[in-house]
Amino acid sequence: MTHPSDTGPAPVLALRDVSKSFGAVRALRDVSLELFAGEVHALAGENGAGKSTLIKTLAGVHRPDAGQVLLDGEPVVFHGPKDARDAGIAVIYQEPTLFPDLSIAENIYMGRQPRRALGRIDHKATHEATTALMRRLGVELDPDRPARGLSIADQQIVEIAKALSFDARVLIMDEPTAALTGSEVARLFGVVRTLRDQGAAVLFISHRLEEIFEICRRVTTLRDGARIASEPLDGMTEDDLVRRMVGRDLEELYPKQDVRPGEVALSVRRLTREGVFTDVSFDVRRGEIVGLAGLVGAGRTEVARAVFGIDRWDAGEVEVEGRRLTNGAPSTAMAAGLALVPEDRRAQGLVMDMSIERNIGLTGLRTTVKAGLVDRGAERSRSLDWALRLQVKYARIADAVSTLSGGNQQKVVLAKWLATGPKVLIVDEPTRGIDVGTKAEVHRLLSQLAADGVAVLMISSDLPEILGMADRVLVMHEGRLTAEIPRTDATEETVMAAATGRAAA
Amino acid sequence: MPESLTRAVRWDTVVGALLVVVLLLSFTTVDGFGNALNLSFLIGNTLPIALIALPMTLLVVSGEIDLSVASTAGLSGAVMGALWNQGMAIETIIPVCLLLGVVCGLVNGLLVTRLGLPSLAVTIGTLAAYRGIAQIVLGSDAVTDFPAQYLDFAAGRIGDTFVPYAFLPFLVLLAIAVVALHATPFGRSLFAIGAGEEAARFAGIRVKRQKLILFTMTGLMASLTGVFWALHYASARYDNATGLELSVIAAVLLGGIDFDGGKGTLGGAIAGVFLLGTLQNVMSLVNVSAQSQIVVTGVLLVVSVLGPRVARQTAVARAGRRAAASPPVPSKAPAPTP
Ligand SMILES: Nc1ncnc2c1ncn2[C@@H]1O[C@H](COP(=O)(O)OP(=O)(O)OP(=O)(O)O)[C@@H](O)[C@H]1O
Ligand SMILES: [Mg+2]
Repeated sequence: MTHPSDTGPAPVLALRDVSKSFGAVRALRDVSLELFAGEVHALAGENGAGKSTLIKTLAGVHRPDAGQVLLDGEPVVFHGPKDARDAGIAVIYQEPTLFPDLSIAENIYMGRQPRRALGRIDHKATHEATTALMRRLGVELDPDRPARGLSIADQQIVEIAKALSFDARVLIMDEPTAALTGSEVARLFGVVRTLRDQGAAVLFISHRLEEIFEICRRVTTLRDGARIASEPLDGMTEDDLVRRMVGRDLEELYPKQDVRPGEVALSVRRLTREGVFTDVSFDVRRGEIVGLAGLVGAGRTEVARAVFGIDRWDAGEVEVEGRRLTNGAPSTAMAAGLALVPEDRRAQGLVMDMSIERNIGLTGLRTTVKAGLVDRGAERSRSLDWALRLQVKYARIADAVSTLSGGNQQKVVLAKWLATGPKVLIVDEPTRGIDVGTKAEVHRLLSQLAADGVAVLMISSDLPEILGMADRVLVMHEGRLTAEIPRTDATEETVMAAATGRAAA
Repeated sequence: MPESLTRAVRWDTVVGALLVVVLLLSFTTVDGFGNALNLSFLIGNTLPIALIALPMTLLVVSGEIDLSVASTAGLSGAVMGALWNQGMAIETIIPVCLLLGVVCGLVNGLLVTRLGLPSLAVTIGTLAAYRGIAQIVLGSDAVTDFPAQYLDFAAGRIGDTFVPYAFLPFLVLLAIAVVALHATPFGRSLFAIGAGEEAARFAGIRVKRQKLILFTMTGLMASLTGVFWALHYASARYDNATGLELSVIAAVLLGGIDFDGGKGTLGGAIAGVFLLGTLQNVMSLVNVSAQSQIVVTGVLLVVSVLGPRVARQTAVARAGRRAAASPPVPSKAPAPTP
């Protein structure tokens, strides 16, 4: 075993030979893990490897079927998340869990607000404490605004603030950076380093390997619920780590094929939505992958929503293959051959309580029809086919998507839209929460689609992904397009300069 | 909730089984229950609930509700009576009444979809408004002298069997509704809307249009029920069918249609309807007062909201303690206010 020292201090928090099954799915098999004070420890593995399950076991959400949780070397049983929290374990879950109708401050201090005399909630103190937390995180979010309508990134920030507010000894973060761009990640890492130096133990999950190498000292890899290794990252390469995770060498992460662009397929002219984005014009040609970069909040998602018809635009026009789209009508956009893979898979991409089959089938309600009725055979084979092509890991196609791991849910969203055979595909954070192996697979797929003549508009906060996949990069800053950079000139510097408004258009 | 878990204890099957048990018990223990005449009364008296339950099921599956149905039925009966008093032909009156129902439903639908108001609030308002209009239209009159062949159709049965004439068209409507909800793209979209409205919109489903169609259909069926009611009981009064919405909703929820939308089967709902109808029939046979019957309906309503939930939760608890794992889902609207 690669135990750092058998004589040193006991790990703050540890798992010993823990197993956990969901029905027939063995999510964890005899997994051991040790977290030491003052270290940032990475947990790596493919989608569905059991990372989130492991975390939920540490957090008292799941009770292990076998094995033990050790706190300061002593076995403990957490009867619920509250027990774990009381023991100083703060957890940021993969999916934000905010109450939409409560304010940011209320969400952070829920159930433990500062009190005044007679047990009245001290709103002023709550507000101030929240402001202080936000300052520590270096973000400007109004503590009194309700959580409803916050972007995924901002929701994540609130979750982090909530975890920080506990002054936790152990901070566990399940893909906290999935929705963040470079500068926001840097800010988060600053906070993590401070906590680490103050003696906290941190467990960190990310599918972005460079982040693991940047902030973590040791890594534990899981594959199919079993621990492959726990080892120092020093001296390891990304390829070594990938091999541990997937059990084989990884193909090219950005397999971009060279394609000669064809006719204009998507044409956006002077599109404006007041107060959100202004005068946005661009074309995407058949065969092209156009990257849309920018900071969180620059208006990228909003443009995509308006183009697809979720939100109405105030001025401008959109054409798909020469057909003018109706303002605010997703069904006509779909009929014209447009598809949108939205950023928030839980609320927008999937009906969580519905089966994998039906979720994929949802975009085919107009096409898999026989004599006015849903053609169930066709629906099933369409769903099975696409679930297979995207290598979705599931037990039964009739299982609810909520039982899938985060990355596999994302694959279902992709499947659902690729199954429509779109002419223009807009993907908003297509590989958020997807493991490296599948990420390469999704990139290969996008590249293949483009080669087959599909026009792809790719919004991504993952800059290497934009640089690796896009023929052209459009950059937005504060609701306007500020730059259009051809592939040959696109570098981290040029894109970031435009994204932060430092370069002229 | 994972489908695999709900399937373990399908509430609609439970209700179906319950209906069979109650029927068997009634046949063997209640005097006067089993004869064909009483059974035809049972069915005939349950038909108004059953007719409105068809669109109501679709509406609740899509996450909405219509409390104004009984008032729409009352209004359409009152208008029928008033026009008949004016000497209009019944063949003209009935289409006019149905059209009126369409308008009532459309008003509900527009208020909900265009103004974005919650349907509970909108239809509580129109519940009062439509009933008020009914009273203005007909006052305290009771119109009873409708043509005999219409009254016979609405109240009579086929020969000496237990089957009322009106049951046959109902079966046709039931078949249409079952197919619409469970086999068409339209029905599929209703489940999606009820379980995740935003995701449904992102999948290109025209949420508002579907809801408008549903409210309009509900208005139409409510007015049809109003016409049937007036003929069946040979009495058009402004207060016809008062409180019927309670029975309809109780029956639909009893049948396993989730109040939060997105779950249930029409078969379950109809089993719920006839379970309620049978209980009401038995209570009349053993001389339970009308007031007490309302109490029973109310209790059933509570049970029917709780029953499926408890069943599901025990299933979940059994399948591992994962209930604790599901924190509040930010996407689904009403958050707990501590
Ligand atoms: N509540 C549940 N019910 C049934 N199966 C579950 C449940 N939670 C997790 N699983 C299954 O357990 C396995 C591990 O899931 P887990 O969420 O831990 O993966 P993960 O490593 O976090 O993946 P990702 O990187 O995609 O987030 C998966 O096969 C998943 O489908
Ligand atoms: Mg996970």
